[in-house]
Amino acid sequence: MSEITVQTLLFWTFGIMAIAGGIGLLFNRSPIYAALSLVVNFFSLAGLYLSLQAEFLAAIQVLVYAGAIMVLVLFVIMLLNLEEEQGVLEFNSRRILAFLLGFAFIAEMMYVMREFSDRTRYALAEDFAYGQVEPIGEKLMTDYLFPFEMISVILLAALIGAIVVARKHTYQ
Amino acid sequence: MEFLTPNTYSYLTVALIMFTLGAIGVMTRRNGIVVFMCIELMLNAVNLSLVTFSRMHNDANGSMLVFFVMCVAAAEAVVGLAVIIALFRNKLDIDINNVNIFKW
Repeated sequence: MSEITVQTLLFWTFGIMAIAGGIGLLFNRSPIYAALSLVVNFFSLAGLYLSLQAEFLAAIQVLVYAGAIMVLVLFVIMLLNLEEEQGVLEFNSRRILAFLLGFAFIAEMMYVMREFSDRTRYALAEDFAYGQVEPIGEKLMTDYLFPFEMISVILLAALIGAIVVARKHTYQ
Repeated sequence: MEFLTPNTYSYLTVALIMFTLGAIGVMTRRNGIVVFMCIELMLNAVNLSLVTFSRMHNDANGSMLVFFVMCVAAAEAVVGLAVIIALFRNKLDIDINNVNIFKW
Protein backbone atom coordinates (compact mmCIF):
# COMPACT_ATOMS: atom_id res chain seq x y z
CA MET A 1 0.00 0.00 0.00
CA SER A 2 1.92 2.98 -1.27
CA GLU A 3 0.62 6.51 -1.36
CA ILE A 4 -0.34 8.26 -4.58
CA THR A 5 2.65 10.05 -6.07
CA VAL A 6 2.75 13.19 -8.20
CA GLN A 7 3.53 11.07 -11.24
CA THR A 8 0.40 8.97 -10.74
CA LEU A 9 -1.75 12.05 -10.35
CA LEU A 10 -0.25 13.73 -13.43
CA PHE A 11 -0.64 10.57 -15.49
CA TRP A 12 -4.32 10.03 -14.70
CA THR A 13 -5.30 13.70 -15.05
CA PHE A 14 -3.50 14.36 -18.28
CA GLY A 15 -4.03 10.89 -19.75
CA ILE A 16 -7.79 11.26 -19.49
CA MET A 17 -7.61 14.85 -20.76
CA ALA A 18 -5.52 13.76 -23.76
CA ILE A 19 -8.03 11.09 -24.73
CA ALA A 20 -10.94 13.51 -24.17
CA GLY A 21 -9.23 16.00 -26.49
CA GLY A 22 -8.85 13.33 -29.16
CA ILE A 23 -12.53 12.36 -28.87
CA GLY A 24 -13.47 16.05 -29.10
CA LEU A 25 -11.43 16.35 -32.30
CA LEU A 26 -13.17 13.33 -33.78
CA PHE A 27 -16.78 14.31 -32.95
CA ASN A 28 -16.92 18.11 -33.18
CA ARG A 29 -18.87 19.30 -36.16
CA SER A 30 -17.26 22.72 -36.34
CA PRO A 31 -13.58 22.77 -37.40
CA ILE A 32 -12.77 25.55 -34.93
CA TYR A 33 -14.01 23.52 -31.94
CA ALA A 34 -12.13 20.50 -33.26
CA ALA A 35 -8.97 22.61 -33.33
CA LEU A 36 -9.56 23.78 -29.75
CA SER A 37 -10.00 20.16 -28.62
CA LEU A 38 -6.66 19.42 -30.25
CA VAL A 39 -5.11 22.25 -28.21
CA VAL A 40 -6.41 20.52 -25.04
CA ASN A 41 -4.81 17.31 -26.28
CA PHE A 42 -1.46 19.00 -26.96
CA PHE A 43 -1.34 20.66 -23.54
CA SER A 44 -2.17 17.41 -21.76
CA LEU A 45 0.57 15.69 -23.74
CA ALA A 46 2.97 18.27 -22.35
CA GLY A 47 1.69 17.27 -18.89
CA LEU A 48 2.31 13.60 -19.68
CA TYR A 49 5.88 14.42 -20.77
CA LEU A 50 6.33 16.22 -17.45
CA SER A 51 5.13 13.14 -15.60
CA LEU A 52 7.79 11.19 -17.54
CA GLN A 53 10.41 13.75 -16.39
CA ALA A 54 11.03 14.89 -19.98
CA GLU A 55 10.93 18.61 -19.15
CA PHE A 56 12.62 19.80 -22.32
CA LEU A 57 10.16 17.96 -24.56
CA ALA A 58 7.23 19.27 -22.52
CA ALA A 59 8.38 22.84 -23.11
CA ILE A 60 8.95 22.18 -26.80
CA GLN A 61 5.51 20.56 -27.05
CA VAL A 62 3.82 23.69 -25.71
CA LEU A 63 5.95 26.02 -27.84
CA VAL A 64 5.85 24.18 -31.16
CA TYR A 65 2.52 22.34 -31.16
CA ALA A 66 0.19 24.25 -28.85
CA GLY A 67 1.81 27.54 -29.85
CA ALA A 68 3.05 27.64 -33.42
CA ILE A 69 1.22 24.85 -35.25
CA MET A 70 -2.19 25.44 -33.66
CA VAL A 71 -2.02 29.19 -34.33
CA LEU A 72 -1.31 28.34 -37.96
CA VAL A 73 -4.22 25.88 -38.13
CA LEU A 74 -6.68 28.27 -36.43
CA PHE A 75 -5.53 31.06 -38.72
CA VAL A 76 -6.20 28.97 -41.81
CA ILE A 77 -9.62 27.86 -40.50
CA MET A 78 -10.62 31.48 -39.88
CA LEU A 79 -9.23 32.53 -43.26
CA LEU A 80 -11.30 29.97 -45.15
CA ASN A 81 -14.58 30.64 -43.26
CA LEU A 82 -15.84 27.06 -43.54
CA GLU A 83 -19.33 25.91 -42.70
CA GLU A 84 -19.96 23.13 -40.18
CA GLU A 85 -19.48 19.60 -41.41
CA GLN A 86 -22.74 17.64 -41.60
CA GLY A 87 -23.14 14.00 -40.61
CA VAL A 88 -20.34 13.74 -38.07
CA LEU A 89 -22.56 11.81 -35.65
CA GLU A 90 -24.64 9.74 -38.07
CA PHE A 91 -23.75 6.16 -38.89
CA ASN A 92 -23.39 5.01 -42.47
CA SER A 93 -21.58 1.92 -43.68
CA ARG A 94 -18.24 3.71 -44.21
CA ARG A 95 -18.17 5.13 -40.67
CA ILE A 96 -19.14 1.79 -39.13
CA LEU A 97 -16.35 0.11 -41.07
CA ALA A 98 -13.87 2.75 -39.88
CA PHE A 99 -14.87 2.29 -36.23
CA LEU A 100 -14.71 -1.51 -36.53
CA LEU A 101 -11.21 -1.22 -37.98
CA GLY A 102 -10.26 1.13 -35.15
CA PHE A 103 -11.49 -1.22 -32.43
CA ALA A 104 -9.83 -4.16 -34.17
CA PHE A 105 -6.57 -2.21 -34.15
CA ILE A 106 -6.92 -1.41 -30.43
CA ALA A 107 -7.65 -5.07 -29.57
CA GLU A 108 -4.74 -6.23 -31.71
CA MET A 109 -2.26 -3.83 -30.15
CA MET A 110 -3.48 -4.60 -26.61
CA TYR A 111 -2.81 -8.25 -27.40
CA VAL A 112 0.67 -7.41 -28.64
CA MET A 113 1.43 -5.16 -25.65
CA ARG A 114 0.10 -7.47 -22.92
CA GLU A 115 3.65 -8.45 -22.07
CA PHE A 116 4.28 -4.88 -20.96
CA SER A 117 1.70 -5.23 -18.18
CA ASP A 118 4.39 -7.06 -16.22
CA ARG A 119 5.00 -4.29 -13.67
CA THR A 120 8.45 -5.33 -12.50
CA ARG A 121 10.15 -6.14 -15.81
CA TYR A 122 8.77 -3.20 -17.76
CA ALA A 123 8.69 -0.56 -15.07
CA LEU A 124 9.76 2.96 -15.97
CA ALA A 125 13.32 3.93 -15.09
CA GLU A 126 13.74 5.33 -11.59
CA ASP A 127 15.25 8.62 -12.69
CA PHE A 128 15.29 9.96 -16.25
CA ALA A 129 18.74 11.41 -16.94
CA TYR A 130 17.94 12.86 -20.38
CA GLY A 131 14.94 15.07 -19.71
CA GLN A 132 16.85 18.30 -19.19
CA VAL A 133 18.09 20.69 -21.88
CA GLU A 134 21.78 20.11 -21.20
CA PRO A 135 22.19 16.40 -22.08
CA ILE A 136 19.90 16.79 -25.10
CA GLY A 137 21.86 19.78 -26.39
CA GLU A 138 25.08 17.88 -25.92
CA LYS A 139 23.68 14.91 -27.86
CA LEU A 140 22.48 17.24 -30.65
CA MET A 141 25.90 18.77 -31.08
CA THR A 142 27.80 15.45 -31.08
CA ASP A 143 25.98 12.31 -32.25
CA TYR A 144 23.13 14.05 -34.04
CA LEU A 145 24.96 16.97 -35.63
CA PHE A 146 24.22 15.97 -39.24
CA PRO A 147 20.46 15.36 -38.70
CA PHE A 148 20.34 18.64 -36.77
CA GLU A 149 21.79 20.52 -39.75
CA MET A 150 19.46 18.67 -42.12
CA ILE A 151 16.48 19.88 -40.08
CA SER A 152 17.42 23.47 -40.91
CA VAL A 153 17.52 22.62 -44.63
CA ILE A 154 14.10 20.92 -44.38
CA LEU A 155 12.58 23.91 -42.58
CA LEU A 156 13.97 26.30 -45.20
CA ALA A 157 12.62 24.12 -48.02
CA ALA A 158 9.20 23.96 -46.32
CA LEU A 159 9.18 27.74 -45.88
CA ILE A 160 9.96 28.43 -49.53
CA GLY A 161 7.62 25.67 -50.70
CA ALA A 162 4.70 27.02 -48.67
CA ILE A 163 5.15 30.50 -50.12
CA VAL A 164 5.34 29.14 -53.66
CA VAL A 165 2.27 26.89 -53.26
CA ALA A 166 0.01 29.38 -51.47
CA ARG A 167 0.97 32.40 -53.57
CA LYS A 168 -1.68 33.98 -55.75
CA HIS A 169 -0.83 33.28 -59.36
CA THR A 170 -0.90 36.44 -61.45
CA TYR A 171 0.32 35.61 -64.90
CA GLN A 172 -0.01 38.39 -67.46
CA MET B 1 -2.99 1.84 -4.56
CA GLU B 2 -0.31 -0.06 -6.44
CA PHE B 3 -2.46 -0.63 -9.53
CA LEU B 4 -2.82 3.13 -10.04
CA THR B 5 0.90 3.67 -10.48
CA PRO B 6 1.61 4.09 -14.21
CA ASN B 7 4.12 1.85 -15.92
CA THR B 8 5.16 1.52 -19.57
CA TYR B 9 1.90 -0.23 -20.42
CA SER B 10 -0.26 2.63 -19.12
CA TYR B 11 1.48 5.24 -21.24
CA LEU B 12 1.46 3.01 -24.31
CA THR B 13 -2.27 2.46 -23.89
CA VAL B 14 -2.93 6.21 -23.90
CA ALA B 15 -0.74 6.54 -27.01
CA LEU B 16 -2.59 3.65 -28.67
CA ILE B 17 -6.03 5.15 -28.02
CA MET B 18 -4.88 8.54 -29.35
CA PHE B 19 -3.43 6.93 -32.48
CA THR B 20 -6.65 5.02 -33.13
CA LEU B 21 -8.79 8.16 -32.68
CA GLY B 22 -6.57 9.91 -35.23
CA ALA B 23 -6.80 7.00 -37.67
CA ILE B 24 -10.60 6.85 -37.38
CA GLY B 25 -10.71 10.61 -37.94
CA VAL B 26 -8.66 10.32 -41.12
CA MET B 27 -11.00 7.60 -42.38
CA THR B 28 -14.31 9.29 -41.53
CA ARG B 29 -14.01 13.08 -41.55
CA ARG B 30 -14.48 14.97 -44.79
CA ASN B 31 -13.12 18.41 -43.93
CA GLY B 32 -9.53 18.66 -45.20
CA ILE B 33 -8.25 20.65 -42.22
CA VAL B 34 -9.78 18.22 -39.70
CA VAL B 35 -8.17 15.28 -41.52
CA PHE B 36 -4.91 17.21 -41.30
CA MET B 37 -5.35 17.71 -37.53
CA CYS B 38 -6.05 13.99 -37.11
CA ILE B 39 -2.67 13.28 -38.72
CA GLU B 40 -1.10 15.61 -36.15
CA LEU B 41 -2.86 13.60 -33.42
CA MET B 42 -1.35 10.37 -34.75
CA LEU B 43 2.12 11.95 -34.85
CA ASN B 44 1.69 13.02 -31.24
CA ALA B 45 0.61 9.54 -30.17
CA VAL B 46 3.80 8.14 -31.65
CA ASN B 47 5.81 10.87 -29.89
CA LEU B 48 4.30 9.83 -26.56
CA SER B 49 5.25 6.20 -27.08
CA LEU B 50 8.79 7.24 -28.05
CA VAL B 51 9.17 9.29 -24.87
CA THR B 52 7.82 6.36 -22.86
CA PHE B 53 10.34 3.93 -24.33
CA SER B 54 13.07 6.52 -23.83
CA ARG B 55 12.13 6.73 -20.15
CA MET B 56 11.82 2.97 -19.79
CA HIS B 57 15.35 2.32 -21.07
CA ASN B 58 16.73 5.59 -19.67
CA ASP B 59 18.15 6.27 -23.12
CA ALA B 60 18.38 9.62 -24.90
CA ASN B 61 17.87 8.38 -28.47
CA GLY B 62 14.08 8.22 -28.13
CA SER B 63 13.95 11.83 -26.98
CA MET B 64 16.13 12.88 -29.90
CA LEU B 65 13.76 11.11 -32.27
CA VAL B 66 10.81 13.02 -30.76
CA PHE B 67 12.69 16.28 -31.34
CA PHE B 68 13.17 15.44 -35.03
CA VAL B 69 9.58 14.25 -35.44
CA MET B 70 8.39 17.60 -34.07
CA CYS B 71 10.59 19.52 -36.54
CA VAL B 72 9.38 17.50 -39.51
CA ALA B 73 5.77 17.82 -38.30
CA ALA B 74 6.16 21.60 -38.20
CA ALA B 75 7.47 21.60 -41.78
CA GLU B 76 4.65 19.28 -42.81
CA ALA B 77 2.05 21.53 -41.17
CA VAL B 78 3.30 24.56 -43.08
CA VAL B 79 3.29 22.83 -46.48
CA GLY B 80 -0.02 21.02 -45.83
CA LEU B 81 -1.86 24.20 -44.89
CA ALA B 82 -0.40 25.97 -47.93
CA VAL B 83 -1.75 23.15 -50.11
CA ILE B 84 -5.18 23.49 -48.45
CA ILE B 85 -5.19 27.24 -49.12
CA ALA B 86 -4.20 26.69 -52.76
CA LEU B 87 -6.96 24.08 -53.07
CA PHE B 88 -9.53 26.45 -51.59
CA ARG B 89 -8.47 29.18 -54.02
CA ASN B 90 -9.10 26.91 -56.99
CA LYS B 91 -12.23 25.01 -55.94
CA LEU B 92 -13.74 27.10 -53.07
CA ASP B 93 -14.16 23.82 -51.18
CA ILE B 94 -11.91 21.58 -49.09
CA ASP B 95 -14.27 18.62 -48.75
CA ILE B 96 -11.86 15.80 -49.55
CA ASN B 97 -14.60 13.76 -51.21
CA ASN B 98 -14.93 16.45 -53.87
CA VAL B 99 -11.22 16.78 -54.52
CA ASN B 100 -10.48 14.71 -57.56
CA ILE B 101 -8.17 16.95 -59.55
CA PHE B 102 -5.78 14.07 -60.22
CA LYS B 103 -8.53 12.03 -61.88
CA TRP B 104 -8.35 11.83 -65.68
